[in-house]
Amino acid sequence: MPAVEFRNITKKYGASTVLEKLNLKIDDGEFLVLLGPSGCGKTTLLNILAGLLEVDDGEIYVGEREVSNLDPKDRGLAMVFQSYALYPTKSVRGNLKFGLSARKLPSDQIKQRIAWAAKLLRIDHLLDRRPSQLSGGQRQRVAIGRCLVKQVDLFLFDEPLSNLDAKLRTEMRIEIKKLHNQLQNTVIYVTHDQVEAMTMATKIAVMNKGIIQQVGTPDEIYDFPENLFVADFVGSPSMNMLDCVIDRANDSVSAVDQCDDLVFELNDYKWRQAATNGQKVKVGFRPEHFLQLNGMQPAAKYLRLERRAQFFEKSGRDAIAFLDLPSRTIAARVDPPYADRYRHEKVIPVLLPLNKINVFDAESGQRL
Amino acid sequence: MNGSSIIGLPSVLSVGRTRRRRRIRPHQIAISIFLVMAALFFCVPIYVILVTSFKSMNEVRLGDIFALPQRWTFASWKYAWFAACSGMRCDGVSGGFFNSLFILLPSLVLSISLSMLTGYAMALWDVKWANGLLFVLFVCAVVPFQIIMYPLIKITGFFGIYGTTFGVAVVHAILALPILTLIFRNFFRSIPGELTAAAMIDSGSFWRIFFEIVLPMSGNILIVVLILQITSVWNDFIVGLTFGGHDAQPMTVILNNLALSDTGENNYSVDMAAALLTAAPPLIIYFVLGKFFVQGITAGALKG
Repeated sequence: MPAVEFRNITKKYGASTVLEKLNLKIDDGEFLVLLGPSGCGKTTLLNILAGLLEVDDGEIYVGEREVSNLDPKDRGLAMVFQSYALYPTKSVRGNLKFGLSARKLPSDQIKQRIAWAAKLLRIDHLLDRRPSQLSGGQRQRVAIGRCLVKQVDLFLFDEPLSNLDAKLRTEMRIEIKKLHNQLQNTVIYVTHDQVEAMTMATKIAVMNKGIIQQVGTPDEIYDFPENLFVADFVGSPSMNMLDCVIDRANDSVSAVDQCDDLVFELNDYKWRQAATNGQKVKVGFRPEHFLQLNGMQPAAKYLRLERRAQFFEKSGRDAIAFLDLPSRTIAARVDPPYADRYRHEKVIPVLLPLNKINVFDAESGQRL
Repeated sequence: MNGSSIIGLPSVLSVGRTRRRRRIRPHQIAISIFLVMAALFFCVPIYVILVTSFKSMNEVRLGDIFALPQRWTFASWKYAWFAACSGMRCDGVSGGFFNSLFILLPSLVLSISLSMLTGYAMALWDVKWANGLLFVLFVCAVVPFQIIMYPLIKITGFFGIYGTTFGVAVVHAILALPILTLIFRNFFRSIPGELTAAAMIDSGSFWRIFFEIVLPMSGNILIVVLILQITSVWNDFIVGLTFGGHDAQPMTVILNNLALSDTGENNYSVDMAAALLTAAPPLIIYFVLGKFFVQGITAGALKG
């Protein structure tokens, strides 16, 4: 199975440069999700890999082979599109068959592969229907089946679930993941949906404005965002950010938020690069890392916050409390009963474990 | 049970009728009057031509052009088809009919197949200078035929097809290519990009994608182009007149000669019958294909 490597990829549309000297390496059997807001160049990158767009500069390797100048059909990959892109005048069987007969496979092998893929995706009863007679989920399955029958090692997915309703999306997510576990081929999956990214990926590459911001496992991306963009983009509601100044006194380091009167003690923080005294930083912490008072001392050091909750946002499983600070509001996740208990109190007490804090340089936005 | 439902039906209908009591508004009257006038504008001449073609000359001479024939006769139709004289030849419009047919068929095959392929290549494949070619096509589409008529006559003469039905067909095809290519190109451009991208990844073969994916989706546009081409080639006069020479004149030219060259009095009933015979084929085609034209063969769209 191939590893995929992008080397110094540059792509321009007229005067605007979409990708500049982009480098990315994807290992064998990886499920890599390209995550980013719309217009960040992730689909462009995928189309470049598929050979649907030409690069202005740079090379693409699939395995040992350089594919930069090959036709799409010769690159040994298969692709699922957002609109499914099924051939409307062909039956499901015809759709699955088209890519195979183009490769001049013997007909008994074609039959065998179609039967195998149809059974795997549970579309064997639909083989004689037209795409227009199928539901959204079934069309999606056929589109995936069209990839499966080709038995290639590299699958590309371009936002394949965004046209499905929420329930079906969850189902298909699990199914695609299962398929990957079973077949173990390399998958590159483009989406702007962070839930899809977090649940399916073995690795996520977060992109913004044509630049890869961070590549890492979902946990790394979530717990140790490399910069402010990743911290803000991943997670819902997004990470709370406070403007602070580093205070180094004696042996202790802390970040002080003067207008909100908060001091974050950072003696145990794992610094990438040491912060200087007086350096402006942003301190970030996720709403879901807050703890509630339950009579037990948390294991790690914590900061106790008692603030007025402006309002609560309840979504069944969670309640998000929006707490008032002088300069802004911050979000904190609590259990719904806890929110109900403090609904009519003046303040709601929550604990912020200090080992969950992220510190970023205010100017460069890089993690410290 | 059966009885009650039969009794129930009219009562339901009458309820619907009382509820839907519509008043006719002034602007509807105005529209109706305009439409009736437009219809009469076409229908009255056709009516006159039709009744005249079934009259004998004695009746025509009475001058009562709106009257129905007192004695219906097919004699003029028969004469027009088999025996009316156009110049020196007296074999009616039948010869012209077959000339027109032998002009029409090759010109359809040539123009549609060539323009469809060119449009497909320009729309979906990377063709060098495609935009420049597009501009040239656009210019060609608006150049009046009269400007290139003489060089074209020389060229067809050089290739030895001047004065043959095939020659006329080729000229028709050449003249139609620019506009048809533009039509096909624009239609193929409207095919979703992801669909062609999928085909490129699956097969990547120019001909295979054309015949298996693109052509089956083109039913609609093919019928539009067919009607367009059949009508314009069949109704053409000047190309047939200038390139047909002696033996390859289409039906329209024969009709013209026939109406002008009869010696003695004008045989109006024969002229009318010949005119109707000449006009019939595109009409029939339109009625047959028009059904599909309206229906639109857009089955199997991408997103339902």
